[in-house]
Amino acid sequence: MQLIQLIIDGVASGCIYGLVALGFVLIYKATETINFAQGDILMLGAFVAYSLIGLMGMDYLTGFALTVLIIAVFGFFLDAVVVRQIIGQPAFATVMLTIGLGFIFRGFASIYWGTDIFSFSTPFSGKITEFNGLIISYVNLSIIAGTAILMSALYFFFTFSKIGVAMRASSENQLAAYYMGIPVKFIFSLIWSISAGVAAVAGVLLAPITLVDTSISLIGLKAFAAAVLGGFGSIPGAIVGGIIIGIVEQLCGTYENYLFEGVREISAYLVLILTLIIYPRGLFSDKAEVKKV
Amino acid sequence: MRFIFKTKYSQDINIAKHNGDRFWYSLLILIMAALPLVLDDFYLGEISYICILSIAGIGLMILSGYTGLASLGHAAFLGVGAYTHAFLLTNGVPFYASIPIVIVVSFLVGAVIGIPILRLTGMYLAIATLALGFIAEHVFIKWEHFTGGNRGLPVPQPEFLGMSFYDSVFFYYVCLVFLIAAMFAAINILRSPTGRAFVAIRDSEIAAQSLGVNLGLYKALSFAISGAFTGLAGALLAHYIGYLAPDIFNIFLSLTLLLLIVVGGMGSLHGTVFGAIFVGFLPQLIAICRDYLPSSIGSQPGLEPMLFGLILVFFILYEPLGIYGRWIKIKLFFELFPTYKRQTFKKQKVFTKSDRV
Amino acid sequence: MSLFEVKNITVAFGGVKALNDVSFDVDKGEIFTIIGPNGAGKSTLFNVISRIYEPSKGEIYFENKNISKTKPHNISKLGIARTFQNLELFENATVLQNLLLGRHIYKKTNILSEVFFTPSARKQEHEYRLKVEEVIDFLDLQHYRDTLINGLPYGVRKNVELARALCTDPKLLLLDEPSSGLTNEETIDLGFWIKDIQSLLGITIIMIEHDMSFVNKVSDRILALNYGKILASGLPEEIKNNVDVKQAYMGE
Ligand SMILES: Nc1ncnc2c1ncn2[C@@H]1O[C@H](COP(=O)(O)OP(=O)(O)OP(=O)(O)O)[C@@H](O)[C@H]1O
Ligand SMILES: [Mg+2]
Repeated sequence: MQLIQLIIDGVASGCIYGLVALGFVLIYKATETINFAQGDILMLGAFVAYSLIGLMGMDYLTGFALTVLIIAVFGFFLDAVVVRQIIGQPAFATVMLTIGLGFIFRGFASIYWGTDIFSFSTPFSGKITEFNGLIISYVNLSIIAGTAILMSALYFFFTFSKIGVAMRASSENQLAAYYMGIPVKFIFSLIWSISAGVAAVAGVLLAPITLVDTSISLIGLKAFAAAVLGGFGSIPGAIVGGIIIGIVEQLCGTYENYLFEGVREISAYLVLILTLIIYPRGLFSDKAEVKKV
Repeated sequence: MRFIFKTKYSQDINIAKHNGDRFWYSLLILIMAALPLVLDDFYLGEISYICILSIAGIGLMILSGYTGLASLGHAAFLGVGAYTHAFLLTNGVPFYASIPIVIVVSFLVGAVIGIPILRLTGMYLAIATLALGFIAEHVFIKWEHFTGGNRGLPVPQPEFLGMSFYDSVFFYYVCLVFLIAAMFAAINILRSPTGRAFVAIRDSEIAAQSLGVNLGLYKALSFAISGAFTGLAGALLAHYIGYLAPDIFNIFLSLTLLLLIVVGGMGSLHGTVFGAIFVGFLPQLIAICRDYLPSSIGSQPGLEPMLFGLILVFFILYEPLGIYGRWIKIKLFFELFPTYKRQTFKKQKVFTKSDRV
Repeated sequence: MSLFEVKNITVAFGGVKALNDVSFDVDKGEIFTIIGPNGAGKSTLFNVISRIYEPSKGEIYFENKNISKTKPHNISKLGIARTFQNLELFENATVLQNLLLGRHIYKKTNILSEVFFTPSARKQEHEYRLKVEEVIDFLDLQHYRDTLINGLPYGVRKNVELARALCTDPKLLLLDEPSSGLTNEETIDLGFWIKDIQSLLGITIIMIEHDMSFVNKVSDRILALNYGKILASGLPEEIKNNVDVKQAYMGE
């Protein structure tokens, strides 16, 4: 029973990792760059939601939607104005650029909102339901449900909408997409925008658990583990990877005594390293590709 | 503009290509050696710290700037060096014996970590080193027998050559001598086949391999050498801070080292010194910013990460060759004045190709 | 006695067979040219020889030794050097440094002697340089020793890549489209150099080429590939008049 309880909690936090990882994967597939500021965008999402819902008293769903919209637009321009400038430079440049951007966002947040810990009320806060002796909080349910809804929406978007298909085409083969008349640069900015939007969703869903402060951006780092485990190229892989990481963390926390002290905090990183060493392709990767010479 | 006539191959092999170089660098060393005559303890301490940063920067530069491998967890090597050194000194090992042990230990740690993770490319490597940095920080906290854990570990300041490390003049000279030695070692590696193999890996792994460079071996070697330099810096840093706590060696320190090489200039050893000076005076710079900004912003703790990020982004976007690159351009501008052309440094973009499959 | 032998090599990428049961051999001292339309599998063949791609079937013999399982970085030690279709130079290094890397397989120093730059390390640099200078003289690169690659015109870059391969002192040289992107004069120079490499340096050459007049001028034997299969092989005149080859090129 306790195990099931742990797994449910793990799935909920894992969904958050998965959503952030999803952002990594979308951007990576399209542009072969990794956005190290993904966690900081999540943090911005949580802060914006705090402003709209907590400070301005907007109702939860409107505030949620508006937050996602704002952050998505922000993501679009982040690519169009800044990141696009260094396309084609070595990986190192993008890594450093996005790390720098992350610092700017964090600095901005703590200057604009301050360094206190904030919270805003949600329809789920503090409510729980009991089911066969399991205690399930509404917040966790909202995270799991929110992830499921978002995943389905993205699935339909990428499979059926014209622009979604164009995005996939651009990710598969930039040059071919370009020749087919797809505005590749615009599409890439849109992908950044979706990634940012997804991170914002994660930020708002997470806010009731962790509350809102600049340190939540660190979730971005653990989400790397999810993305790597999932194969860094697969959307379902990112979510499954996230859920596994979430569960592993819960288990490590509970059975710490049998392992070693403090294992929970670094379990995500350990999984990451082990994956990279033992099975670097991850669970859901496409077939191994040979670099063309 | 200076034209150098070369009459012997050894001129290309030598470190100083002509007498002018020899003169200026000797002068620089003399000035550095004379600094204690004019500077007070505070500034000597600052400059000692900059020397330590430069040594660590050399380590990271060899890995990232010359071999093209990113490491986001290099503070771990500073930690390995610092804790090993403090542990050895605490157990009565003399300074002159401890330093070589530190270098060897850091080298081995680099090699052992390097071998499995260096099969990874670009982004994956960055992520893996980031994770390793966190794990290392954690190990420093939990391995109390060795590190003192969160209580911290006082660093003994033994006598060396009859002098005390509490004496800031003496400590300054120690740091300076180690920096000069480290520079020579790095230059020697880089003008040898090993250093060229590193550059080859950075610019084209495929070609390097086809010319007989064993990629795995050389990447691990680069990691190990980088670790050795950074570990040495860690040992000196231990003396500088005097009391080791695990959270010193955090991700922020790793990123500071990266900032150092980016700002200094990727792929140049001069750049490590420029970068170290910049990073060393960054706190003062931030303090100055605080004074000039309206106090509502100036007093914010968020200002520091903000500036850190802005500097990084600025250099990556607008000054990718760093301070050293800018210095070369300015020097050339005056040498060629008034015939300097902007295009001289426009990189030909015609043959760029992508990493895509 | 053939120097180099390819036996039943097959390479598949997903469903596509880039090479399908290809066999041929090359004699010592020959200039052996591989032709074929785009995507025929020519570069793939070189990449199999360099052990960058893994064949799904077949073996390769060099001096009667099976090299199908040799590590990629050991191929050049056996005496096989190559150039790349899309130039793989060390862009941010000087011409001299690029060429010195061609001597890497002769390295005798270890990391300690390099850190202290012992006399043996210095002597080794000197020896490397002597060989590199020979090649520089041979290919007329005197003006470019200290120039960074990314500041060089395309033709010179191709030349540097050839020079780098020669610095390894190879027995077998693989050239992937050496004349593509060169001006007419540069192509003529190249023709002389290739002949000299064969006759003066005694190096066997396998070359991929599109320029048929150039091919006919320098080749001893020609192999024509199409869709990963051998269309024809033989002397230049034979290939020139081969119906299948004509059709493959016309059909494009
Ligand atoms: N790494 C790879 N992954 C997938 N397919 C590949 C790879 N390398 C080559 N191919 C495919 O194998 C086939 C042969 O390619 P190859 O590069 O050998 O052609 P080529 O004869 O050199 O043509 P060209 O004259 O254009 O250079 C092509 O269809 C190509 O798309
Ligand atoms: Mg080809």
